[in-house]
Amino acid sequence: MTDTAGLYGIYGGRYVPETLVPALDELEAGWRAARADPAFGAELDELGRSYGGRPTPITLAERFAPGKRLYLKREDLLHTGAHKLNNALGQAVLARRLGKRRIVAETGAGQHGVATATVCAKFGFDCVVYMGGEDIRRQRPNVERMHLLGAEVRPVEFGTRTLKEATSEAIRDWIANVETTHYLIGSCVGPAPYPEIVRELQSVIGREAREQFLDAEGLLPEVVVACVGGGSNAIGIFAGFVAYDGVRLVGVEAAQAASLADGRSAVLHGALSSVLADEDGQIADAHSISAGLDYPGVGPEHAWLRDSGRAEYVSASDDEALAAFRDLTRLEGIIPALEPAHALARARALDEELVLVCLSGRGDKDLAEVLAAK
Amino acid sequence: MKKLVIYLMSGHGTPALAAAAAEGGANIVELGFPFSDPLADGPVIRRAAERALGEGMRTRACLDCLARTRELLPDTPLVPMTYAALLEAYGWDRFAADAREHGATALIVADLPAGDRPELRRIQLVAPTSTDARIRLAADRTDGWLYLVTVTGTTGARDDLSPALAGLVERARAVTDIPLYAGFGISTPAQARAAAELADGVVVGSRAVETAIEGPAALRSYVRSLRDALDAVAP
Repeated sequence: MTDTAGLYGIYGGRYVPETLVPALDELEAGWRAARADPAFGAELDELGRSYGGRPTPITLAERFAPGKRLYLKREDLLHTGAHKLNNALGQAVLARRLGKRRIVAETGAGQHGVATATVCAKFGFDCVVYMGGEDIRRQRPNVERMHLLGAEVRPVEFGTRTLKEATSEAIRDWIANVETTHYLIGSCVGPAPYPEIVRELQSVIGREAREQFLDAEGLLPEVVVACVGGGSNAIGIFAGFVAYDGVRLVGVEAAQAASLADGRSAVLHGALSSVLADEDGQIADAHSISAGLDYPGVGPEHAWLRDSGRAEYVSASDDEALAAFRDLTRLEGIIPALEPAHALARARALDEELVLVCLSGRGDKDLAEVLAAK
Repeated sequence: MKKLVIYLMSGHGTPALAAAAAEGGANIVELGFPFSDPLADGPVIRRAAERALGEGMRTRACLDCLARTRELLPDTPLVPMTYAALLEAYGWDRFAADAREHGATALIVADLPAGDRPELRRIQLVAPTSTDARIRLAADRTDGWLYLVTVTGTTGARDDLSPALAGLVERARAVTDIPLYAGFGISTPAQARAAAELADGVVVGSRAVETAIEGPAALRSYVRSLRDALDAVAP
């Protein structure tokens, strides 16, 4: 799907300072070598199974979506409580192959930060996580988890004080420490080859879900729905279905952070994608009650899937997400994260009967935010 | 004579500041076109960009600033330094043409590595992490001089001149005869002199931007101190 320059149509590429180019070349070569090495895949499978808890099940949500066969892909049951671990484990193994023992990461909701801190504890890596001051406030439990896991959480107190600035600071740290450090990016964004690496590491979601849905229903789903911030859980579950033209792919953005619906072609964090930006290319502020969707950019492959028409992107408001959050909790006994609550809000209103939703994470981190929104 | 390049952020007062820098002995002036998310920049230039954007320094206003600077400084090379996001929005070819029309001598795009968009003529940057092959590529493609990033890091003052500069100069000299100007992390006259012992010129950004806040007289005096340090280097 990518060409050698890491492009998805016109999107992607490497818009980075020269200092990083050799590291991206090294990462790309290391990634290609790892992919060609059966031992790499075997190690990831084993870590996913015995450490992460894969495969995660699919659950029929009959009370949440009466009249439908709506299944949840339960990434909330993965170790650390979200799909982010799939990517963190894979990149940790990759970092070890590259000889890097210091990890930097950005986090918004804190799920990627927790996943990164977790794998760093397991692999014995030093770990620094950049997090916006506003996100530190609203995702306090995850900050405490990162501290417990031995990570250093560095607050970012300028600009929007959310994921956009945290990502910029993580990249600046990487520029300054590139010889010893691996940047463990959390979504399918950033300069090539990151969008491809993250997609491939998250594609386990789609592979498993396709087999599980076939086992359960004897058919593929008519529609697959996932929330989209940077877009890693969506690109992971879509990867299992993109080759099946009859399966509709729907990404759900936060209404005021809808990079695909409202964005324009712009450069952010090392890649060209669809970004909330003004006519001069200056990046605009996003807003969402969900810290994980509160990002003005999106992975370049999503921009390409949108342009090609293979996937469609809609949005859900804060209130719609909160309603879906409460309904899933009360009707199914599953507390979702606010991010996939956006996907749930749209999924139950679709016309299709056979629906698969990526429940990308659990909602423990969001309780204070949800209670405050009552 | 060793060349002195001074970076200033575009703003309403910038033409007068650029003139002061030239009076102080700057040979070339870089004009920052601010971007909201500048990955190559440390806190001083990032904050200067935020202030500039806050006072409306969007691309067209920056081009006007460039033209007014050109009126004050008919002979000084003027080099817009910016990010790919602005060119993507404005149109790559159109930006290059309009910049030239408004008085630009050359162009620097901080996040467009050598090899990408070869049709866009610009001053290329190399860093201590660059391979020899990339230094050769950048030297082949560059417009007039090669910008040596002395540190593995972002823009901003450092306590000491980067020890990586000597090796970078040596590797660049092995593949090219074009002038080599060293920047990032150079703020004091002593550092400028030490860098100029190795390279053909130095670029000073963050400290110039900080000093410019105090006005043209302060900037002129600061630039003069750098000029004097460079003039003490044997040619």
